[in-house]
Amino acid sequence: MLAYALRRTLLGLITVALVSAMIFFAVEALPGDACTAVLQRDAHGQRLENCRREMGLDRPATARYLDWVGGAIRGDLGASAGSGKAITELVGARLANTLLLAGLSMAVGVPLALLLGVVTALARDRAPDLVLSTVAILAMTIPEFVTATLLIFTFSVWLGWVPGIVLASADAPISTLFPTIWLPVAVLTMVMTAHILRTVRSSMIDVMEGDFVQMARLKGVPAWRVVWRHALPSALLPAINVVALTVAWLLGGVVVVEKVFNYPGLGRFMVDSITERDLPVVQGLALVVASAYVGVNLAADLLALLLDPRLRTARLRA
Amino acid sequence: MKALLRRPSGAIGLVLVAVHVAIAVTAPWIVPHDARAISAALMFSPPDAAHWLGTDHLGRDILTRTMLGGRQALLVTAIATPLAVAWGGMLGMYLGLAGGQRDDVAMRLVDALLSLPWILKMLLMIVTFGAAPQVLVPVLAFFYGVPVIRIARAATQGVVARDYVLAARARGHGRFSIILREVLPNVRDALMVEGAMRWSWMLLAFSSLSFLGFGVAPPTPDWGLMIADSRSFLAIAPWAALAPVAALSSLIIGINLTADALAKALGLDRAHSAPQ
Amino acid sequence: MTVPLIDIAGLEVGFTSRDGVTLPILRGVDLRLEPGETLGLVGESGSGKSTLALAALGHLRQGLRVLAGQVRFRGQDVFALPPHRLSALRGGSLALIPQNAGQALTPTMRIGAQVAEALRLHATCAPADIPGRVVQLLARVRLPTPEAIARRFPHELSGGQQQRVAIAMALAGEPAALLLDEPTTGLDVTTQAHILELLRALAAESGTTMLYVSHDLGAVARVCDRIAVMYAGEVVQEGPATHLLRTPRHPYARALLAAIPRIAEARIPAALEGRPPMPGATGPGCAFAPRCTLAAPVCQTHRPAPAATEDGTVRCHRASETAQPLPEAQPLAATAPGEAVLSVQDLAVSYASPGPLAQLVGRPAGGVAQVADIRLEVHAGETLALVGESGSGKSSILKAIAGLLPPAAGRISLPSGPLAAAVDHRRPDEVRRIQLVFQNPDESLNPHHTIADILAQPLRLYHRLAGPALRARAAALLEEVRLGAHHLDRLPAQLSGGEKQRVAIARALAAEPALLLCDEPTSALDVSVQAAVLALLARLRRERGIAILFVAHDLAVVRAIADRVAVLYQGRLCEIGPAEAVYRRAAHPYTEALLGAVLEPEPGWQPRLLGHDMVERGPPARGCPFQNRCHRHLGPVCNEQAPPAHELPGGHVVRCHIPPA
Repeated sequence: MLAYALRRTLLGLITVALVSAMIFFAVEALPGDACTAVLQRDAHGQRLENCRREMGLDRPATARYLDWVGGAIRGDLGASAGSGKAITELVGARLANTLLLAGLSMAVGVPLALLLGVVTALARDRAPDLVLSTVAILAMTIPEFVTATLLIFTFSVWLGWVPGIVLASADAPISTLFPTIWLPVAVLTMVMTAHILRTVRSSMIDVMEGDFVQMARLKGVPAWRVVWRHALPSALLPAINVVALTVAWLLGGVVVVEKVFNYPGLGRFMVDSITERDLPVVQGLALVVASAYVGVNLAADLLALLLDPRLRTARLRA
Repeated sequence: MKALLRRPSGAIGLVLVAVHVAIAVTAPWIVPHDARAISAALMFSPPDAAHWLGTDHLGRDILTRTMLGGRQALLVTAIATPLAVAWGGMLGMYLGLAGGQRDDVAMRLVDALLSLPWILKMLLMIVTFGAAPQVLVPVLAFFYGVPVIRIARAATQGVVARDYVLAARARGHGRFSIILREVLPNVRDALMVEGAMRWSWMLLAFSSLSFLGFGVAPPTPDWGLMIADSRSFLAIAPWAALAPVAALSSLIIGINLTADALAKALGLDRAHSAPQ
Repeated sequence: MTVPLIDIAGLEVGFTSRDGVTLPILRGVDLRLEPGETLGLVGESGSGKSTLALAALGHLRQGLRVLAGQVRFRGQDVFALPPHRLSALRGGSLALIPQNAGQALTPTMRIGAQVAEALRLHATCAPADIPGRVVQLLARVRLPTPEAIARRFPHELSGGQQQRVAIAMALAGEPAALLLDEPTTGLDVTTQAHILELLRALAAESGTTMLYVSHDLGAVARVCDRIAVMYAGEVVQEGPATHLLRTPRHPYARALLAAIPRIAEARIPAALEGRPPMPGATGPGCAFAPRCTLAAPVCQTHRPAPAATEDGTVRCHRASETAQPLPEAQPLAATAPGEAVLSVQDLAVSYASPGPLAQLVGRPAGGVAQVADIRLEVHAGETLALVGESGSGKSSILKAIAGLLPPAAGRISLPSGPLAAAVDHRRPDEVRRIQLVFQNPDESLNPHHTIADILAQPLRLYHRLAGPALRARAAALLEEVRLGAHHLDRLPAQLSGGEKQRVAIARALAAEPALLLCDEPTSALDVSVQAAVLALLARLRRERGIAILFVAHDLAVVRAIADRVAVLYQGRLCEIGPAEAVYRRAAHPYTEALLGAVLEPEPGWQPRLLGHDMVERGPPARGCPFQNRCHRHLGPVCNEQAPPAHELPGGHVVRCHIPPA
């Protein structure tokens, strides 16, 4: 089991290494560099060359890649081309905001999704299931900016209960974010609940049709205990991976929601950096988000390994 | 097809998609007004007999713009989707059948590509090459083909272990012949459903890009752009946002209802998805 | 008269089809079980026997409902019981031992917790005593180290151990009756024999009533006093086991018994033609009439009522005329062996070698090879059977010969010369000469291809046929396996199991092979169909001189078809020789144990159980492969040294430290 965990971790590290190279050289291939971003119109002739020499941009790309990776391992992603501030700090502040948004959405969404998933599975093809499953399809497919627009229209324009947009800077304390965070959390919760619910429902239905659930019933085990003790542990395993992918999405992919609500998170920072061609920031951000993706998926695999006795021995023997 | 229409969700979904496609194809000849005609006098006029869905902040007819607003999105995604499914599907089937070192290396690359958020990948391409349809089609087809590799590979691995593929290998058939004859008929269903899903994700990405201001350039009518423009005026002219919202939602819902019904009719499980 | 323990009266169970028609699965079943009785319920797949057993528990599969009649347990109608009373009954006084215990145990709960749950629900013992009772129960089903087993998860046990746990769980509530649903199907021969002896002992100890459902008449004969034979949802004959097995009265029961291969003689049993009717497809007459050799006009028009005879009850119009002898089995024609078409030298197989990544993190490579030192030859026109239990490596040997599993060592050669390891590197003509027939035709025929497509592939590949010539050849191949050309445009799903297996054989024949590799080709089929497939293979061998390498676990099937037998244990050859010699006088202790565990459908047949049935995970690193289970173990020499090969007359080779007498 330990060997499997190690192997899995190693694979994760290889993926991160690949991503870092991919990002670095892809961004490298783009027209322009940090100096053209800093100097803008003056980026030509001697000034450009001086700047490049100062920033070390005249060295070969591989050498700069190794420097960059070395820095990243020590927690130093370099400086922003635009503001000159340390990228680690810039990213850190946004990451905290994103984590707050993601954490709240998870805290509401995951338990809700598990509960509703089991309910819909047990009420399969009857009214509660049909209603919830249809709502879930709507929630997971309608674009987030559409949901967001409708929520803003309803709760801030029409009812006036909550502010429609967040008016806070990236390093604002949590207390200023708090009253305004609820609409973005609602949008994200809807989407992720729908995905997790559908996974739990389908795996619960599979498990409930399994021989061991029928056997538990024929052993005289009461219905609630059949669900809770015999079916649920097996049914939740596929949900772990979907939850992981959802976390990864919350950490990197919610640009649209952040933009709609003007929320100072990682996604918006990413869009702004790309449009401002602040390439060092783009590279750093991409590395952080990709590592988070790999890390969360790795955690999910290891968690499944811990929770599923079959997996544990199978991997042990393999 | 019959099994698809027998399910109410499948029938509704197909009708929605068909109506959207029909409108997109015929819109230039049947729209009531000029999509770009600006009029200060008509600013924010609510729905009436002349402008059934009202006008926007520049006095342009919302109905006209909504009918035209899905054309680019539909055109680009309708070409990019089959491309994505084709290359992702072929490569996935090959990797599933070949296995071994080639598969190990390719899957690490796939993982690496998937670990980056879609917006980052798309924006890097757009700031470099622009957002014209001839750029968006290959870019969307490439990035949205990557997850198809995974699906096709997993489906192939399920088939490869079956005795009929072993039997074909034991008879000495070549790899390509096995993919075409033994694997494809059994993976086709999964690819069809996956294609429908990819289509809906692409539409989502396309309109999100427009919404963020990186896609279709104004004044070309586009749903994402229309929603972005009219958001500031929600309090005074909600109709300007609600029409494109309804149009975009109904198309994506239509595709997903169809995909869902298709998956159920084919006995596939497409419930295990994560937001993208 | 006392109240019977279980009383099934006029039970009809059915479902409503998509077209709104009600289709019956059980059609008027009457059965009674008195306390202490053991009744065997026998039938082929689709006969409704499992539905009947579960109905006795008040359980119906989804979509099924009771159309008429009732099931009474101690006089109470189980379908009328309120849920809490039904829960108390199930696992309490009426316990189920399921088919395939591996699937029926909850994978995420430890064995101890699952047995304890049954105790808490149904036994009257103090909570503090439960752990002790769990261990007692596990010991009672003769599990070694019950304390350790209680801490394990189901997947960590072997199939036989899982089945014992299921029995222990059923015994927790001290039930008055046990329902056994194919409890030994899928287990190895020796394991099955041990489990059946355990069940017999339990029944004798506590006088538990048993309703034993199985397709295996041999197993039923060993455990039950009475037997009921089911066909198309009705009980066609019911009576004392001895009478039913010796003088079956119903034509179906007679045909079924005649179709079972016997270990005592090398004969292909008589096949039963046709297939059982689908639910709802039974006409007004007897359901068996279309397949019955004795059918008279009355059989087509009137459904026979159960009639009492001196031997029980029979549902047949012609029961008085069935006193003739059973249909004859055809003796296996001896053929003179031709020249060798395949020779295997010192073959060894190891599973999956670790990839580069695995090597990077230091996963150990290989270990002991799963298959080693295999040496055999197959001659034209002969059938060589590879016999062994699960894990004996018999399928791996076939795959290595077919080039699907590269061997770790050894040489495989045709008369034309040695073969490349992987099929991709073999010459087309070499590939053509060796063809495979798989165990399960549902798996080996692509469900999306028509029969014509399936047959066309080898014909195009090897013979470059096309157009009308191709189709004519495909039709001729179907004729050869006794199927009509009208099957050409059907999909596999439209054929019965036996028909699909014939198509698979026809596909192999299309290549005009010299050697047919058959991997358990009849084990997924019903007994009556199995006989027909065996007859087909025997005919091909005789008429075309094809050599057959036949892998099987069923010793009676092997006896019916094989000229020579090779016995494998843990991937090593124990004994190889003429079938006659091996069966007459087993020289290797493992062959002896295997033959001793065979159950024949004969009244009073007693298996000889030797050693124990613990399953080993892999071959030992040194010495004899059978050292851990051998009942004639000699001591250190068996654990230390590889057994020598003793040559007996007729090419009979035995690898054992005990010299054959």
